[in-house]
Amino acid sequence: MKPFTYQRVRSPAEAVAAFGRNKNAKFIAGGTNLLDLMKLQIEAPSHLIDVNGLALDKIEMTPDGGLRIGALVRNTDLAAHPRVRRDYAVLARALLAGASGQLRNRATTAGNLLQRTRCPYFYDTNQPCNKRQPGSGCAAIGGFSRQLAVIGSSQACIATHPSDMAVALRVLDAVVETVKTGGVTRQINIRDFYRLPGDTPHIETNLADGELITAVVLPRPVEGKHGYRKVRDRASYAFALVSVASIISRDGSGKVALGGVAHMPWRNETAEAQLPKGAKAVAENLLSDAKPTEHNAFKITLAERALASAISEAKG
Amino acid sequence: MKFDAPATNNPIDQLKVVGKPLDRVDGPLKVTGTAAYAHDRYDSIPNQAYGYVLGSAIAKGKIKPMNVSAAKAAAGVLGVVTAENAGKLGKGDYNTAKLLGGPEVDHYHQAIAIVVAETFEQARAAAQLIQVEYTKADGSYDLHAAMATAIRPEKIFGGEADSSAGDFDKGFAAAPIKFDATYETPDQAHAMMEPHATIAAWHGDTLTLWTSNQMIDWSTGDIAKTLGIPKEKVRLSSPFIGGGFGGKLWIRADALMAALGARATGRPVKVALARPFMFNNTVHRPATVQRIRIGATQQGKITAIGHESWSGDLPGGGPEVAVMQTRLLYAGENRMTAMRLAVLDLPEANAMRAPGEAPGMMALEIAMDEMAEKLGLDPVEFRIMNDTQVDPENPSRPFSMRTFAECFKTGAEKFGWNNRNAKPATRRDGRWLLGMGVAAAFRNNLLMKSAARVRLDSRGTVTVETDMTDIGTGSYTIIAQTAAEMMGVTLDKVAVRLGDSTLPVSAGSGGQWGGACSTAGVYAACVKLREEVARALGLNHPDATFVDGELRVGNRRIPLAQAAAKKELVGEDQIEYSDVDKKYQQSTFGSHFVEVGVDAATGEVRIRRMLAVCSAGRILNPKTARSQVIGAMTMGVGAALMEELAVDKRAGFFVNHDLASYEVPVHADIPHQEVIFLDEVDPLATPMKAKGVGELGICGVAAAVANAIYNATGVRVRNYPITLDKYIKGLPEVA
Repeated sequence: MKPFTYQRVRSPAEAVAAFGRNKNAKFIAGGTNLLDLMKLQIEAPSHLIDVNGLALDKIEMTPDGGLRIGALVRNTDLAAHPRVRRDYAVLARALLAGASGQLRNRATTAGNLLQRTRCPYFYDTNQPCNKRQPGSGCAAIGGFSRQLAVIGSSQACIATHPSDMAVALRVLDAVVETVKTGGVTRQINIRDFYRLPGDTPHIETNLADGELITAVVLPRPVEGKHGYRKVRDRASYAFALVSVASIISRDGSGKVALGGVAHMPWRNETAEAQLPKGAKAVAENLLSDAKPTEHNAFKITLAERALASAISEAKG
Repeated sequence: MKFDAPATNNPIDQLKVVGKPLDRVDGPLKVTGTAAYAHDRYDSIPNQAYGYVLGSAIAKGKIKPMNVSAAKAAAGVLGVVTAENAGKLGKGDYNTAKLLGGPEVDHYHQAIAIVVAETFEQARAAAQLIQVEYTKADGSYDLHAAMATAIRPEKIFGGEADSSAGDFDKGFAAAPIKFDATYETPDQAHAMMEPHATIAAWHGDTLTLWTSNQMIDWSTGDIAKTLGIPKEKVRLSSPFIGGGFGGKLWIRADALMAALGARATGRPVKVALARPFMFNNTVHRPATVQRIRIGATQQGKITAIGHESWSGDLPGGGPEVAVMQTRLLYAGENRMTAMRLAVLDLPEANAMRAPGEAPGMMALEIAMDEMAEKLGLDPVEFRIMNDTQVDPENPSRPFSMRTFAECFKTGAEKFGWNNRNAKPATRRDGRWLLGMGVAAAFRNNLLMKSAARVRLDSRGTVTVETDMTDIGTGSYTIIAQTAAEMMGVTLDKVAVRLGDSTLPVSAGSGGQWGGACSTAGVYAACVKLREEVARALGLNHPDATFVDGELRVGNRRIPLAQAAAKKELVGEDQIEYSDVDKKYQQSTFGSHFVEVGVDAATGEVRIRRMLAVCSAGRILNPKTARSQVIGAMTMGVGAALMEELAVDKRAGFFVNHDLASYEVPVHADIPHQEVIFLDEVDPLATPMKAKGVGELGICGVAAAVANAIYNATGVRVRNYPITLDKYIKGLPEVA
């Protein structure tokens, strides 16, 4: 860990301004990922801006019947919120499938979205990693890649995004609200929030430098049975091999997104239109461009089977 | 005390304290966070500085001279030690790779420097400033590729590399039913909760290490040898150990680097290995490839059994002794076993959680399941049919006792084994495919010398002193029970001091020998103390008994404390053994029964029930013994379902080097576990009539899980861990 300076801020404007004044700054909220990465010298910010005092910890109704979730709402509180449990069960389930009780008590909504990959090569500073050290190469390609991406990957990076919550937000068509330098606010659809690795895997989202997430907005609830199926090697406290977030109506139509397969939650509306025909049709379309490694080719089969299970459960 | 004849009736047989399911005497310290583990021993010595160990970034090669000037100049730094300024170092008897590398590097994350600073953060930050340039060399990292050049090793723990009886080749060729399959077990990590940690301080030429260690005497000798100082100049203290599992049988880099850092800076130095360092810097259980051949008659009598195992280690290392149980477990006149050792430049392979039998049984007990199926026999019946009361390689040598069949009969009845359908993939509960599996448990009982000193003071308090360790197993408790039983006092009148090299040398904790042997040593010392007490009271009489805090002869009753009223009384002795373990094979036995559910769509496994039936002589404390066995069963589940160090065969290291990526079971993976101890004593084991039990619990569990998954799915997986990717394609279509 490199020495760093630290400040607490009291408003989003102050946070963004502080970022502008400090080179190589980072916002910190729960710190459940950033602190680990700093200890391992993977992240080495010279300045930390603690945003915990920004009062962005409320969950409120929006005028059109949706929910605005403050960026600092802790994962535990979000999963336990009555409206979330009732109307957005896919989100509650995804949250509870992630991390551990202790971590969820600390981890925030915005922080969850911004957590870094769990690719083991990213975590070992002796190994080349384009995400950690742009231009150094990718040790995961040709290495141990069982957990890693099967689709949307590039010659530079085959990492996955580890969040369960983000997969649920993707099927909920959530919108991320932010504030930038000068107080400029904007709304980013979750569809446009994450980036594929391409040749810049170190740039993971479309947030501008110093842009601060203030809230995540859920549209009004949609009909259908919510499910979050997370498949992993142990029953709890593990990242997904494959996960399926689903909202499926009685007629078999619906929305699905996959986790654990790509650099972002994986959803495509064309594939989704195949839902009434069953899992095979959806999976073939959704994963048609998959380029798995020998270690993770099973994820293709697993995704289709998990999807079939989700569909059958929704119908059942 | 020499143990050279079967134990007869002795004070332990009263079972007033021994044999009771008592709470741990150190429990309150543990649950209140007041048991001081190595890193917590702030009170041990003032002015502690912190050391941070830097590990090699390559697996094999050479370091060009390092540039440590920036690190030395960094804030708070007191000193930097590398191979260049460490002075001449030797190597201990129990480690294969040097604990401080440079200029040659033997494995990834081998320690190459320590930075000592006023704070941990300063030491860590400065360690990043050390500039190291490497010249990489080619290494051997792939067991399969290295198997062709594997040799027959000379150095083996517990026997020869090869064994044979009858004529295996002939016997196997002639067998009407033959089975031949190859199994693989992966590299595994101890992954104990407490990382290796040490505080080192020099007082003149005397070194004190407050550390976390299972074998005090081995390690005192090894640190002395490594530093080139007399053993008497080293004191080692390790009263509490937060998990060892074999990884702390010896000193590791934390101890040596702390000692070097302390010598260089003149300050006490505290070092804990960082978690990502634990997997490649320390030792691990090596991967194996195991070929098993079984020949049998049509009726299921084994006539030939062969077990070969290949594993790898650094030059000078040893093999995983995975064939040992096959020499003893089942009958059959034509036999062969062989172990071959390849050179691998991965981190050092060494003992972990029942070395030998744990991975050996993982293979053998799937093979037995497969052979039973081939023969059309129930796997319980097949095992009982091939039971033996004598060492099958040397039939003139009986087992001291062997109630192997009883373990299966009891277990089958208790578990409802007759509800199993021998035809796989036939039982279902909603989305779950159900299966049941069984395997034998087997682990040898090793006899190790063990000494203790027992004191009686004027308040009637009995204090036991021995360098035995409690690695979370309950040593404090069973030692206190032993002394209480022998001296006729209640448990609260006994104090136990462990884990210090100034105390009499015990068996230590390893190979499941600790419990039975260390209590036998305490027994011997108590016999001496009883004599002292009787002498002091002038009541040396063969009928004297020690009851309720009194010495009684006839109508005379004298409080024990009175014997020590003027002067503390001391009894010291050790237990030694004649050839009792040569004449009789001493082993422990068991059966493991497991029921699993396998998600028909995704292949996720959820274990539903587990039962272990154990035969291990007298159980000194059924509560602590049960805790050990259920912990071991949990480790078996880990081995079956998830534990694997992933080898990067290009760069030569274990990639998943933290607890997020090296998965061990969590609570949600473990269902209700039941343990039955057969009610028995083994008078040929020790005066305690007890044998080891902790590691018995792990041996065979993984195979029982594997066999249950096969019974549920109909897909046989022969390489561990049995993760869903290995059988998902064989699962039924999802409706």
